[in-house]
Amino acid sequence: MGSEFVQLSLTPLLIGILSAIACALPGNFLILRRQALIGDAISHVVLPGIVVAFLLTGKVSTWPMLFGAGGAAIVAVVMIELIKRVGRIEPGAAMGVTFTALFAAGVLLLEQSDTSGVHLDVEHALYGNLESLIWFAADDWSSLFDPVALAALPPELFRIAVVALLISILTIVFWRPLKLSTFDEAFAGAVGIRTGVLGLGLVITAAVAAVAAFDAVGSIIVIAMFICPPAAARLMTNRLEVQILWSVFFAVISAVAGYVLAGYGPLWIGGQHAVSAAGMIATVSGVILALACLFGPQRMRMGAPAGS
Amino acid sequence: MFRAFLDAFLFQAGYNAALVAAGAALLGVAAGSGGSFLFLRKRALVSDAVAHATLPGVGAAFIVMVALGGDGRNLLGLLLGSAISASIGLLAVEWIVSRTRLAEDAAIGAVLSVFFGFGIVLLTVIQTLSRGYQAGLESFLLGSTAGMLFADAIVIATGGAATLALILIMCRPMTIVAFDPEFAAASGINVRRIDLAMMGLVMAVTVIGLKVVGLILIVAMLIIPPVTARLWTERAEHVLLFGGLFGGFSGYVGAAISASAPNLPTGPIVVLVAFSLFAGSLLFAPGRGVIAAFLRHRRFQLAVHRRQGLLALARGEAIFDPLTLTVLRREGLIRQDGVATQKGRAHAAKALRDEKRWALARQLYEDEAVGGGYDGLTPIETVLTRDELADIDHRLGPPAPVS
Repeated sequence: MGSEFVQLSLTPLLIGILSAIACALPGNFLILRRQALIGDAISHVVLPGIVVAFLLTGKVSTWPMLFGAGGAAIVAVVMIELIKRVGRIEPGAAMGVTFTALFAAGVLLLEQSDTSGVHLDVEHALYGNLESLIWFAADDWSSLFDPVALAALPPELFRIAVVALLISILTIVFWRPLKLSTFDEAFAGAVGIRTGVLGLGLVITAAVAAVAAFDAVGSIIVIAMFICPPAAARLMTNRLEVQILWSVFFAVISAVAGYVLAGYGPLWIGGQHAVSAAGMIATVSGVILALACLFGPQRMRMGAPAGS
Repeated sequence: MFRAFLDAFLFQAGYNAALVAAGAALLGVAAGSGGSFLFLRKRALVSDAVAHATLPGVGAAFIVMVALGGDGRNLLGLLLGSAISASIGLLAVEWIVSRTRLAEDAAIGAVLSVFFGFGIVLLTVIQTLSRGYQAGLESFLLGSTAGMLFADAIVIATGGAATLALILIMCRPMTIVAFDPEFAAASGINVRRIDLAMMGLVMAVTVIGLKVVGLILIVAMLIIPPVTARLWTERAEHVLLFGGLFGGFSGYVGAAISASAPNLPTGPIVVLVAFSLFAGSLLFAPGRGVIAAFLRHRRFQLAVHRRQGLLALARGEAIFDPLTLTVLRREGLIRQDGVATQKGRAHAAKALRDEKRWALARQLYEDEAVGGGYDGLTPIETVLTRDELADIDHRLGPPAPVS
């Protein structure tokens, strides 16, 4: 646990944890509102967004890409609403039409444009490059107090930290209206909460989390973290406050255990190379959800007969 | 470019391209009609979970085949593996929904992300196993028809045809279940078994489509054509039929376009052709289309303006609204200077009479059937009988002329 850990594993681990938390927090509300697949849709449409941003600016730079991804997410939300309202198509199918078509457009643009000189491809978009976000400038733990070394931290860490903090603050500030409108939309409307705006705000927050996390860790973790930790937490308790805490706990466990298993697991069983950390984090979160499905104290529907 | 497209379109661009086009068309028909059941059952996104859940199967099959000393890239073996893991994913969705209180969307999202994540882990394992030679399994993510072997094309064509045959056989009970599960259960159909068969069908389409359009975009082939068909018709059988047609057309045209130039991957092109059909339908479809909705709104707007204008004439009120004036002028109900013509006065008197009759009728008949018919546009003769009208007229007294 010395210099090697600080240099190679500390930042990926932190980024993984922060991404997981940033996605799990809005995920709790999305699950309760039956909008869990919004996260899935957003993480697919991020691809055309960053490709368009790349084609417009001609280089792989962060801010245009974040804007492109955010713009694509908003386009997708508008398209879904439009198809739902105009064509009177059920929400799930409207979502399916939108995100698959946008994703196809993204893939086509990517194949058509000359991106051979830069690191931009579909695989990267899907499973990110968590392992490569290392902190070269660090020597050992004392680097944490060394301004020169700190300045060389991967910029992804700051971005995801800011987003995670922002989302935590938003969750606390809008706690009451969010909770009310999630459980009883009509009542929330009656006491003067603008439920439509709040719902849209939640989706946009989810999009911000997805885009920021996507930048660092790829879309697999994004979808898994939106859904698995909150779903597992939902099976642990009936209280929203406690559910949020459980979901954060599960998200952190998934990120840490997934990263460690991916990096060191193959070595333990005699392998020589690490496997995909993003994939492993998603897998661990799935194992946690499976355990919660089997043993969670509140796994049944309320009023369901025991033992059914 | 166009010449090349035409060649591919007419099966002239070579044996391989023709095979791919035929395979894509068959796949499109199977996906379009198979997806219709799912869409009508309001479970379109289950296909998303099924598609992503194929990935670990592909990886595991490759590892097993290599471990047994065979060629890891045998398509039949890979498809078998993907079918097994897709069924496990499907059962996991069903199990989560029936055994816990999580909703179906959460179950779908959990299964698709976890299975896909695990699939990625297996792919990285394979990369380390087979250093130095490319396993090429990434092509299953987005599909690739470029290096398709003849044997692969045969597998896909046979699979597509078999799926289609299954759809034709199961069509009747599946339509009933998709349309009204309660009725289906009451008439002695085993809904659960049909649901499973439906899912099996979707799984078959997904597995066959893996090589052509890839596991992410096969979802589009299962969802977009049925939704497009739904815009054109209100009948379940027709959704099925048109879904298959739209799907087949997208597959065929998409494959032809993709064969006509380099750098045009089949999967995205097929999906974008399907989406163009959808976008066109959303504009032009009768009933649910944007243009139809706009025309309907416009017609309604004009009728309201005409009626209110006539009432204003009858009551001798001045009209300022430009649209109302235009409507009345166009029909010759008022002159250019806004004064009512002979015809206008007659219509105005009739409108006022209708309004008064309605007012009285709504007092006399306080039930929904009559009062609910009042929207300020429907002539009262179409709602009440002649005797009832005579009664109302008797109470109202003789009609008053409009000055």
